[in-house]
Amino acid sequence: MNLHEYQAKQLFAEYGIPIPRSVLARTAEEARKGAEELGGNVWVVKAQVHAGGRGHGGGVKVVKSLDEVAATAQALIGQRLVTPQTDDKGLPINMVLVEQGLDIKSELYLGALVDRSRRRITFMASAAGGMDIEEVAAKTPEKILTTTVNPVTGLQPYQGREIAFGLGLEGKQVGQLVKIMQALYQVFIDKDLSLIEINPLIVTGDGQLLALDAKVNIDQNAIDVGRQPELAAMRDTSQEDETEVKAAEHNLNYITLDGNIGCMVNGAGLAMATMDVIKLHGGEPANFLDVGGGATKERVTEAFKLILSSPKVEGILVNIFGGIVRCDMIAEGIIAAVKDVGVKVPVVVRLEGTNVEQGKQLLANSGLNLIPADDLTDAAKKVVAAVNQ
Amino acid sequence: MSILVDKNTKVICQGFTGQQGTFHSEQALAYGTKLVGGVTPGRGGQTHLGLPVFNTVREAVEETGATASMIYVPAAFAADAILEAAEAGIKVIACITEGIPVLDMLKVRAALDGMDDVRLIGPNCPGIITPGECKIGIMPGHIHMPGSIGIVSRSGTLTYEAVKQTTDIGLGQSTCVGIGGDPIHGMSFIDCLELFEAAPQTKGIVMVGEIGGTAEEEAAEYIKAHVTKPVVAYIAGVTAPPGKRMGHAGAIISGGKGSAKDKYAALEAAGVATVRSPTEIGARMKELLGA
Repeated sequence: MNLHEYQAKQLFAEYGIPIPRSVLARTAEEARKGAEELGGNVWVVKAQVHAGGRGHGGGVKVVKSLDEVAATAQALIGQRLVTPQTDDKGLPINMVLVEQGLDIKSELYLGALVDRSRRRITFMASAAGGMDIEEVAAKTPEKILTTTVNPVTGLQPYQGREIAFGLGLEGKQVGQLVKIMQALYQVFIDKDLSLIEINPLIVTGDGQLLALDAKVNIDQNAIDVGRQPELAAMRDTSQEDETEVKAAEHNLNYITLDGNIGCMVNGAGLAMATMDVIKLHGGEPANFLDVGGGATKERVTEAFKLILSSPKVEGILVNIFGGIVRCDMIAEGIIAAVKDVGVKVPVVVRLEGTNVEQGKQLLANSGLNLIPADDLTDAAKKVVAAVNQ
Repeated sequence: MSILVDKNTKVICQGFTGQQGTFHSEQALAYGTKLVGGVTPGRGGQTHLGLPVFNTVREAVEETGATASMIYVPAAFAADAILEAAEAGIKVIACITEGIPVLDMLKVRAALDGMDDVRLIGPNCPGIITPGECKIGIMPGHIHMPGSIGIVSRSGTLTYEAVKQTTDIGLGQSTCVGIGGDPIHGMSFIDCLELFEAAPQTKGIVMVGEIGGTAEEEAAEYIKAHVTKPVVAYIAGVTAPPGKRMGHAGAIISGGKGSAKDKYAALEAAGVATVRSPTEIGARMKELLGA
């Protein structure tokens, strides 16, 4: 689960990580009032959306008068922001953060994440912070400093010092960075994060370190087991795909795609493989949909409804390899769903595994227009042929 | 020779009396697994499925001599269950539970680092099976057949595809290990490859990977240096769109690696036979073995 910048900065403040003064605004008027309260004569108006690259997308504006603050807020709120990290529809801007303008001497990058290959939390830092950090990492990986945390000892001060000196910080800034990194580590552990990022971490004209941006990603498993209720309450579903939110309510793992062949599969790996094979045979999947190991009749019905909620879908491929799930139960679900939902598009069904014969029999006797397939290749060919008719 | 488990392996189930634990224990027993009891705290002394229930894993190990465990406890308590098994002397721990918080697994891995003889399989995986001998997990037993192919996979149902094909063409499987799809998990591809390479009964190895992480790339390097048996690999997710993401850290740490294309390239460079569709796994293996 993602947080907005303003929410992440609330966490930062709780843990003593220095942030600029700012005010959250939902209207142009609130933005103007907020800027007035902040004082000064330069402000930054920042769209609050769950994506990085906001600067590239025109969602971060430096402004120099209260009128401009209001006008910028007016222009952003209610619009959708497209950035290099969103799809081409972008994300709705419901709020902006109005922040004091600051004298920036340099921009650093500082982040931490769960590092799969090291099986540890790894911190990354770079003196070349700012908008193009990924390019820096790709072209000049030596400019990225890393340090990995032993979970028994936690982040040690020396690790912070190594990073600080490596970044070319001096004097009091070294101690400041150590403190910031230790606070980041603590919030990471306390809040079950999978990623935390400050980009940029700025050095101000008077030599202070300040988190100008804040990104936080929370481990969904920790939310799901109920361990972080306060963070769970910060969820903003307006930033998520509507169909995906609905799918999650039914314990379905669904991702909207651009094609015209709806897919219903059990297991994430098999679902991806099904998409791959559809494409291999010239088709385009309309979605990724994993009905999970414990698929029930109700879930199969909901899955059909979700798939058909996209007007693009011209055919459906059901691919179930029954392990825990019994094929006869899935077949009953398919039959019920096709009857309930009134499926008008061709449905190709490939069943395999536990009770496969009973399942196939049920489908054959249903009197419905279902196209049986023997294996995944056969199924993909049949569904591609069906949508191309 | 199979790897890790065989017909003599004594197995217990943690989360024994729960719905999942009960169902899959019944299935394991029906398959012929030497299930010798189970653990549900507070229900020690009872009998379930005709087998003794213990309060702790330590007790279960002392009383039954079990060396393997399958875990079906809920996600919030699964890390505790894994550590309990490891400390009690269980050597093969298959954790089926999905949805374990990643920081829990981080601690578990750190604790297991000093216990070299303990093998954790999963979590979030189908488990491990040596066909005809021992089934520890949720895979449908009947699609398997004793034979010569070792299968290691990150994905559950996709493993079954590979299994069914190797059964259909008559090769069968020596042992199948589902290592699970979580970012931090137990046994890796490399751990399994090492065991399969050393097991005489295993004539060929099927590796099923997925996008994300760099485990397949690391396995490719290992294969190049250490594996002499034929390996067929399939990677799911060639067409998966780049995930929606926040921030840059993921891209920085992976250095742009982790796509299916990168993984295929690494495996091919290591001399692995790759297939672009999972339906070709069996046929490709047969070709390599000249069977």
